Amino acid sequence: MEKRPVPKTSPVSEFFWEKAARGELWLQKCQNCSQFIFYPRVVCPHCFSDKLEWTPTSGKGKIYTYTVVYRTDLDAFTDKLPYIYAIVELEEGPRMSANIINCPLDKVRIDLPVEVVFEEIAPGLRLPQFQPHRH
Amino acid sequence: MNLRGIAAITGIGELKPTRNPEGKTTLGILAEVARLALADAGLTKQEVDGLVVGPPTEDSAFMWPQQVAEYLQLFPLFLDMVEMGGASGTGCISRALMAIATGRCRHVLCLTGGVWGTGIFNTLEARTAVMSTLEAEFDLPYGPMGFNSAYAMAAQRHMHLYGTTPEQLAKIAVDQRYNACACPQALFYGKPITVADVLDSPVIVSPLHLLEIVMPCTGGSAVVVSAAERAVDMPRPPVYVLGVGEGCSHNSIARMPDITTTPITVSARQAYQMAGVRAGDIDFLSVYDCYTITVLLTLEDAGFCPKGEGGPFVASTDLTYQGDLPCNTHGGQLSWGQPSYAGGMSHVTEAVRQIRGTAGLRQVKRNELCFVNGNGGALSQQCSLILGKSTH
Repeated sequence: MEKRPVPKTSPVSEFFWEKAARGELWLQKCQNCSQFIFYPRVVCPHCFSDKLEWTPTSGKGKIYTYTVVYRTDLDAFTDKLPYIYAIVELEEGPRMSANIINCPLDKVRIDLPVEVVFEEIAPGLRLPQFQPHRH
Repeated sequence: MNLRGIAAITGIGELKPTRNPEGKTTLGILAEVARLALADAGLTKQEVDGLVVGPPTEDSAFMWPQQVAEYLQLFPLFLDMVEMGGASGTGCISRALMAIATGRCRHVLCLTGGVWGTGIFNTLEARTAVMSTLEAEFDLPYGPMGFNSAYAMAAQRHMHLYGTTPEQLAKIAVDQRYNACACPQALFYGKPITVADVLDSPVIVSPLHLLEIVMPCTGGSAVVVSAAERAVDMPRPPVYVLGVGEGCSHNSIARMPDITTTPITVSARQAYQMAGVRAGDIDFLSVYDCYTITVLLTLEDAGFCPKGEGGPFVASTDLTYQGDLPCNTHGGQLSWGQPSYAGGMSHVTEAVRQIRGTAGLRQVKRNELCFVNGNGGALSQQCSLILGKSTH
């Protein structure tokens, strides 16, 4: 069986993954136009300022859209079928790919409030994931 | 400068799509279709002064146009590779037009195709090869199922926002299959389907069923684009390039600004503007259809119905070659097959056959003006064309 794909970090994204390893979701915030951005970059894609500052987020958001994957051609995911692959929109604005975990398939829906959880997929590597928000 | 009608399609060449790539190589396929297209155009290979190719499938992309030129012993003054994913076919026409408009070329040969199979993306290594570094870092760890999951997520949100139903999406696949049953070249010729067949086929990635997903195969398509003043003296009736437009809004679906609005809004607008026509003037459509949802979004974003009304529109519109708005008369890629980048080019070659009046059993009655669209990546890159019988 193929191994689960593990993010190959870059000098620009290292900080993101270091924080994730500690169970925190940090994004860059532009000090010029005040927008949060994702993925990490060296210039703000909105205003081209290079004044980007790592900032902690609430870790909360909602499901922008999703699909339930019933068949996959990636070996590493066959034992997880069926699973939810989604785009989550964070309170701070940016969207990111994620799985919705700890969520029955009949409960998943667009706009469902979700919160970040971290899944250890390799030693020292924790992946931001999302689960239904618990009040 | 308006480029309307300064170039025309004067030759096409195509292989019948096949699931069996035995004995085929990508360069060999391109040579076969190049020969057919030049014969169709009545040109010798010495007369070709431009070469525009889609990306290779099994070969190295490094110096790909030069690899193709060497294989064919062509010595063009202008060579290019268009990498627009699925939009590469229409993209080749767009770039050929520019080469002709600037006076650099008279006859540009556009080549797409290759050896392709269902297993093409089935390993992690193969999947990563068609991904950006950033998708590999931020999307791949979550197990996307290639483009399937991307288009499924677009369909899911469209259903959520507008109440689009699985039956409405299925109707697109059914009408196109009806067309394929009048097209002996199509991969699924002789295999009619019903809406129930589509909905009974397995859900691969919700809400998309197996019969809403394109079938990779092997094949090739070639097109000759010539300066209009040359085209009038060539053997085939010229098919004029009246409008062209391109648009791009993202690469990964996770970064698409609005997942139910594609950059076709941009590419179609430019194409209409250049051609001086509106959606209402179009006689038939030949638009990229990697999935049913792709067609639905194209109909909305190219102005055939308002945003959100694609579902009811396809339900009440006969998209067959006998219908009020014929769409993908060769079956579309859903039924013709997706022979790598020639899948996108097949929408061009079919439009040419229809405008020439040589589409046989599936010939449409009104064939003056066709809207053609190419779609690449995860709805990322669009290239629209307006092709027409005359420049009047």
